[in-house]
Amino acid sequence: MSQDIATIRVTRYRPEKDGKPYFQDYKVPYRKDMVVLDALNYIKANLDGTLTYRWSCRMGVCGSCGANVDGVPKLTCASFLHEFKGRTIKVEPLTHFPVIKDLVVNMDDFMHKLVEIKPWIIREKESPPEEGEYRQSAEELERYDQFSSCINCMLCYSACPVYGLNEKFLGPAATALAYRYIEDSRDQGKAVRFPIVHEIEGVWECTLVGECSVVCPKGVDPMLAIQKTKILGATNALKSLVMPRGGGK
Amino acid sequence: MEHLNHDVLIIGGGAAGLRAAIATAELNPKLDIAIVSKVYPMRSHTVSAEGGMAAVLRTDYDNFDLHAYDTIKGSDFLADQDAVEFFVREAPKESVRLEHWGCPFSRDPDGRISVRAFGGMSVKRTLFATDKIGFHLLHTLFQTSLKFENIHRYDEWFATSILVDNGRVDGVTAIDIRSGELVSFLAKAVVIATGGCGRIYQFTTNGWIKTGDGMALAYRAGVPLKDMEMVQYHPTLLPNTGILITEAARGEGGHLLNKDGERFLKRYVPNKMELGPRDILSRAEMTEIKEGRAFEGPYGSYLHLDLTHLGEETIEAKLPFVKELAERYLGIDPVHEMIPVRPGQHYMMGGVHTDMHGYTGLPGLYAAGEMACVSMNGANRLGSNSLTECLVFGAEAGIGAAQYATKQGPPSFGNPVQGFALDEEKRIYDKVLKHEKGEKISTIRTEMQKAMEDHVGIYRDESSLSQACELIGDLKQRMKNAVVEDKDRVYNTDLVSALELDFMLDVAETIAYAALARRESRGAHSRTDYPKRDDAQFLKHLMVYETRTVPRIDSMPVTITRWKPEARIY
Repeated sequence: MSQDIATIRVTRYRPEKDGKPYFQDYKVPYRKDMVVLDALNYIKANLDGTLTYRWSCRMGVCGSCGANVDGVPKLTCASFLHEFKGRTIKVEPLTHFPVIKDLVVNMDDFMHKLVEIKPWIIREKESPPEEGEYRQSAEELERYDQFSSCINCMLCYSACPVYGLNEKFLGPAATALAYRYIEDSRDQGKAVRFPIVHEIEGVWECTLVGECSVVCPKGVDPMLAIQKTKILGATNALKSLVMPRGGGK
Repeated sequence: MEHLNHDVLIIGGGAAGLRAAIATAELNPKLDIAIVSKVYPMRSHTVSAEGGMAAVLRTDYDNFDLHAYDTIKGSDFLADQDAVEFFVREAPKESVRLEHWGCPFSRDPDGRISVRAFGGMSVKRTLFATDKIGFHLLHTLFQTSLKFENIHRYDEWFATSILVDNGRVDGVTAIDIRSGELVSFLAKAVVIATGGCGRIYQFTTNGWIKTGDGMALAYRAGVPLKDMEMVQYHPTLLPNTGILITEAARGEGGHLLNKDGERFLKRYVPNKMELGPRDILSRAEMTEIKEGRAFEGPYGSYLHLDLTHLGEETIEAKLPFVKELAERYLGIDPVHEMIPVRPGQHYMMGGVHTDMHGYTGLPGLYAAGEMACVSMNGANRLGSNSLTECLVFGAEAGIGAAQYATKQGPPSFGNPVQGFALDEEKRIYDKVLKHEKGEKISTIRTEMQKAMEDHVGIYRDESSLSQACELIGDLKQRMKNAVVEDKDRVYNTDLVSALELDFMLDVAETIAYAALARRESRGAHSRTDYPKRDDAQFLKHLMVYETRTVPRIDSMPVTITRWKPEARIY
């Protein structure tokens, strides 16, 4: 198979040595079916063992390998080198996150937000497994299914201008996941979850730029989740709904 | 050195580890639990499982005995039948728990969880969430684990050794990858659940993180590894990347074709065809390749997986991830085009020896998941049994650890444990990290992967296996002087890779030695020099023990309850 040479320009930042980030260029031979992650792995194995990045599955589902590729947040395992033919391919850490080293960013903020939205089924009373599964129709599944497909890759936060300005903003993925539970017919935790997504830094901060939904590699539409949460909130307020007590912590 | 205290430590944050943590937390809410994982739990390789999880939920046509028999026959009668019987009975309860925790299973029109056909299963009993069950199962377990205030997490911490004193486990040493510091964790009980070791092979479905860490940790702590020669090859990987195309593609009706367009499996498994067990299908593909009936491509020989007759609607509804993977990575639309596939390493039947309750025999140490060997998979695992196994035996290991920890006093950070930890610190920072002259980690890793692929693959014989033992032995020597190029402390993936490779070489060696010792063919273990199953000599588990020189092989009887070994014909 024919090979071309790609120039990969990677952000380097090693906190023990470098005062600030800089770019380093590497030449990588590649074939048509190689992705940016393959190039990083080639560099790590053959050219420079110090280059640092996260990855695992190489099939777009573990969510580890996000980076800004040519300025756009992408999974490096799903960005083909040939698409940048003839150009230097810039690979930078995801924007809006503190950088730990090279392409590795600190995602503590999201991990905290994930806990805040209580991403688990809340029931007043759990049935014992012997009684069998909770029934759920295909239509009920459909209502939350796409929002359960979030792989926590952080591309949406990197693309979100609101999060860039205000890191307290709950943001796309966490809202999509909150909505995933809110819309799940098995869940009874709306009363607990609603205040979180409707707080000052919740859905009302979103300015509907929609970049989150554009960059999502799994077809999740966080902006839709945010919109629907707003509508649900408004409806609930009008009805002055008496919320049931939830069982969350 | 800093030390941290918890009651129960779980090493690994995939399906088995998370299930263990939840089981421990539920059994005794007073226990202080910590999950130590080298990646954020939702990155664990459970995420890549696609097809489904097996459990008898449809009692109108299915029953425990049938699931047990399918599993035992699939295992080529090497599974311990008491463990299988226990497994099939727990499987429905564990599946329903997972559903109650929110797993978005695909549903039938009446609202029940849908089931699909799977290889080696005689009826439809594989529960699924389109073709992304592993992803959904992992995220459901992880998100559920967040509600327990007594489950603490150490994300991106890499366990390097198990601390053993006076015949019991006292904890582990682990590197905080972000800071690069080695820390001792003291605990009353430890559950290891770090998954398989596919990365010792060149061509594997396994993610980068699957490096056999827990197998090596337990092995070095004196616990035997069991059934290590039993390595599963999956018949449908994309030839260039090793990306898995789920067995569900065949469960939903997909066909395997050779270059003549023939459904060649009729000559190998006429009664099961595409739903035959993985070991037999992978060998059938190898025979087609050897006899010149395969396609030739830039990445070697391959066969075709044909889904075109299933129709767009079925593919979109039941196999969306297959479509996504084929489109993204091959530029092929499986609605209209054939998917090229070939067999590759997928799963380890063998692993850390445990009993039916996840206990390893070393007081305080429990294990579960792909890393462990109960053994319920014997010589060949049936597709869709492994996720359920993670739940059933993850829960057992967690309960076992919780019960043990509830009775035990805390270990103290005195000698000799502190000494062991300091020795570990010296090994890592004064030796592994310090070497200036020697080979690259990647060179040794590549040679190991090639040695395993060439000599311990689908077909093996005395000469290939002896060669593998020798090659791995040499690589272990060379590894002593390998160079870690990155000398930083902070987030040093080069150092972690070196420690992982050191683990993988130990595990690779146990596979090669066990494969050499088993002079018969059974399940996934195919010896061209001993092509028949030999129950008289080898209806037993091979147990591999660490010594200071080469591995020592012992054996353990197989537990037979109700199903006498018979010829395995499909």
